[in-house]
Amino acid sequence: MSQRLSFYIHIPYCAKRCGYCDFNTYTPSELKGGDLDSLSSSYIDSALKEIEMAAQIAGSAIVPTIFFGGGTPSLLPAGQLARIINTIKSRFTLDKDIEITLEVNPDSVTQKFLDEIRSAGATRISMGMQSAVGSVLRILDRTHDPENVGNAVSMARAAGFEHVSVDLIYGSPGETMDEWRRSVEYALALDIDHISAYTLIVEKGTKLAAQINRGELTMPPDDQSADKYLLADQLFEAAGFSWYELSNWSKPGGQCRHNIAYWDGSFWLGVGAGAHSYLNGKRWWNVKHPSSYQEKILQGQSPELSHEILTPENLSDEFIMLQIRRREGILHNRLSSAQIAKAEEFLNSGFLDSASWQDMRLVLSRDGRLIADKIVRELVL
Amino acid sequence: MPAIDLSKAPQPAATNPEQIRNFCIIAHIDHGKSTLADRMLGITGVVEARNMRAQYLDRMDIERERGITIKSQAVRLPWKSALDGKEYILNMIDTPGHVDFTYEVSRSLAACEGAILLVDCAQGIEAQTLANLYLAMENNLTVIPVLNKIDLPSAQPDKFAIELSKLVGCKPEDCLRVSGKSGIGVEELLDQIIAQIPPPKGNPQGPARALIFDSVYDTYRGVVTYVRVFDGHLSPREQIQMFSTGVKHELLDIGVISPEPVSSKGLGVGEVGYLITGVKDVRQSRVGDTVTTFHKPALEALSGYKDPKPMVFSGLFPIDGDQYPLLRDALDKLQLNDAALVYEPENSAALGFGFRCGFLGLLHMEIVRERLEREFDLTLISTAPNVVYTVTTESGQELIVTNPSEYPNGKVAQVREPIVKATILSPTDYIGTIMELCQQRRGALNGMDYLSEDRVEIRYTLPLAEIVFDFFDQLKSRTKGYASLDYEPIGEAEGDLVKVDILLQGETVDAFSSIVHREKAYSYGVMMTSKLRELIPRQQFEVPIQAAIGAKIIARETIRAIRKDVLAKCYGGDISRKRKLLEKQKEGKKRMKMVGRVEVPQEAFIAALSTNADEESGKVKK
Repeated sequence: MSQRLSFYIHIPYCAKRCGYCDFNTYTPSELKGGDLDSLSSSYIDSALKEIEMAAQIAGSAIVPTIFFGGGTPSLLPAGQLARIINTIKSRFTLDKDIEITLEVNPDSVTQKFLDEIRSAGATRISMGMQSAVGSVLRILDRTHDPENVGNAVSMARAAGFEHVSVDLIYGSPGETMDEWRRSVEYALALDIDHISAYTLIVEKGTKLAAQINRGELTMPPDDQSADKYLLADQLFEAAGFSWYELSNWSKPGGQCRHNIAYWDGSFWLGVGAGAHSYLNGKRWWNVKHPSSYQEKILQGQSPELSHEILTPENLSDEFIMLQIRRREGILHNRLSSAQIAKAEEFLNSGFLDSASWQDMRLVLSRDGRLIADKIVRELVL
Repeated sequence: MPAIDLSKAPQPAATNPEQIRNFCIIAHIDHGKSTLADRMLGITGVVEARNMRAQYLDRMDIERERGITIKSQAVRLPWKSALDGKEYILNMIDTPGHVDFTYEVSRSLAACEGAILLVDCAQGIEAQTLANLYLAMENNLTVIPVLNKIDLPSAQPDKFAIELSKLVGCKPEDCLRVSGKSGIGVEELLDQIIAQIPPPKGNPQGPARALIFDSVYDTYRGVVTYVRVFDGHLSPREQIQMFSTGVKHELLDIGVISPEPVSSKGLGVGEVGYLITGVKDVRQSRVGDTVTTFHKPALEALSGYKDPKPMVFSGLFPIDGDQYPLLRDALDKLQLNDAALVYEPENSAALGFGFRCGFLGLLHMEIVRERLEREFDLTLISTAPNVVYTVTTESGQELIVTNPSEYPNGKVAQVREPIVKATILSPTDYIGTIMELCQQRRGALNGMDYLSEDRVEIRYTLPLAEIVFDFFDQLKSRTKGYASLDYEPIGEAEGDLVKVDILLQGETVDAFSSIVHREKAYSYGVMMTSKLRELIPRQQFEVPIQAAIGAKIIARETIRAIRKDVLAKCYGGDISRKRKLLEKQKEGKKRMKMVGRVEVPQEAFIAALSTNADEESGKVKK
């Protein structure tokens, strides 16, 4: 039986960098290499070569999921993205119910693009909504009008996408509980089957971090973010969205199978600048800048910047660290007796779901999800 | 030049006591004692110019850096007086210069017939100098008042000559004026030492009696004992005996320091030199003890011997628990050279394995800690220092408590604490603020004298515990650094004292227990609980921090439960980074201490304790 291998395709371009973002992405002005069409065409050429190289290493495999992330994949002509899908198809076997996700920017996405990419095989759209409140979007340095999100969702549905997701961010400086509730309710009114909700993380070196350092903005206390998480979780569940990972909720059948592959230890190949890959106990990551990435590929070299070989201890740490985030949780028989004893303390304090525990599974309760990292630290020792 | 060719100078064991003058220099740190000593070494020719280095006699780095003398030295200086043209031997005995070492100073003084009272004539006399001056006068030493640094632009020799003459009981013009730095007046000073200080007297035919005024451990030679011979004679290869212990040793080497050790045919009446017997531990050669010979022992010891008594106790713990055996070895080694250092193993729930150490005082404590860290490469954490309490329980049992954890839990009938006689010298402007400080610290005023129009000597009786707790810092900051302090233990007094415990979720944290005056218990409790609230990270449950006297809670803070400790995103590119962070946290977790269920980073203990430690170091560095 062939092994299963997911693909992540990194598109490192954005029209504009958002103030909180530290992702590996570049604006055309930062790249000073002309227009995006020509940039993207040669970048995709390199990505195709990398897929060919990967095929040499990985051999034959069934591909259950492909994920185009960024950056802003929807900035590229749909035809360029289709070249990637076709190449993977020619080198590997696509699973018959393959999930192909695309991150899109609700501001710039067009019906034409969505129609084209749907025909090329994409099955799922993920949209950066972040907030429905103008003042919060401005703090986040996002340009879109909240109304665009509704329009973009409608266009995606019209193009035939069955699975549409939106991302939300809570805990921005100045965001009130009521504003957060409005964002959640706005998202729930959309015709979607999946929601991701993340607290805002202030990353070093971002514009947001500078604003906070200068005292222009103040991050809300963690306790307030905890309250926002609980509110969102209640509202999502009430609307038929169940949590299946700490920060992800879906309607039945709406789970993102690509992301589940990261959490359940499946193998994946990351293609493009700065992308991470994981195959047969080795994890590696590519050089970050698109030009150095393309240079390596042009010279026929691997774009790998560095790698690590996972030890059994690494693997067991990662297993707990990732699996605990999921609603499936961790089967008791995967834990040592010391870990069970430790977990029982959390169970008794209400941080684990007691029904699941009876069922021989460690599953976080709602409060437990909020201190997942703390529980992981206790369990891995 | 009145220096004498060394080879022709009067030789040890063959010097008539009439030709000998034994003196010490009483001075405050930074009043120029070491510079003057250096100058004397140079002028008398015992150190050639090319071999000269600053603070020649201070051997330890720590002595040079801090400008203090911890260990005594004795140097034999030949000198031909310009007044009578005769040749003499001057023995300069360098004395430790700090309140912790009063006993050592008293023994150095006892080895001399005279003392130079050296005062920086830009600053005037300081409290510790005054205390040592009184000590010298009690020992009937001839005191020669000397104003130093007369070449400084800020010098006020006339003003301080009046001050000194009042203290010593001479005329202002009798004060000599010198500059150790440039050498002005130093030759005259040497001549005056000969003219004013009487020669030693003793019975050369009697049984030998020599006073130990210092002993130093040397890696190569074992313990080097510094003595002053009062009666009789000590010779090489002779069997000697220590009066206090009765232990017999063979004299492997005997000689004088000039300023490097030179073996001699022995030491006669009035002479000062060193003995080597091969012992490895200074506790077998105690300061103040009398050395006699085994075959013709003296019947009576020289007076004044006391066992060193630690006054201040503190726990020393290695931050890295693996360093515990190294700390033990290091303390063993330091003790070879420090008869006053005592220690025993201590196990703290909060800080792990360490040692409860007893010190003469705060400076002694600071020096030991610094030497352990510097010479033995240890990283240490010390608990807040405390004094020794005598606790009488209701059943009439008497306990000596050197560690708050030994304080009895049941009812206590009486607690006695050490008290000291403190002398503070200060410009008169600060009398009010000093008195206020002393009142706050439970002081009783004993008297006040004006040294001059604008300088005053204030005398208080104070509990030693109050001095140990940041008194010196407070004194310095309230008087802009002008006041100086000296104190001397005078016994014990009953105090209204209680033990305050600090509890985390109901569990006592031993390292933070403290014995304090009842009126200060509340403020100690509030300070510690609020400090810990800041330092201990939030747990997944609420953690009450309480301060308690017995079962009575006097202060409380709460660390609210942490509600959120999770990274929202964890996708393919985040996994390695997140796992590496987890691995780092695993390492950090090893440094966590558990107090009941509460996880406390060691850093929190260090921070909670080190604020005190910083104050202490401020105290001694002044």
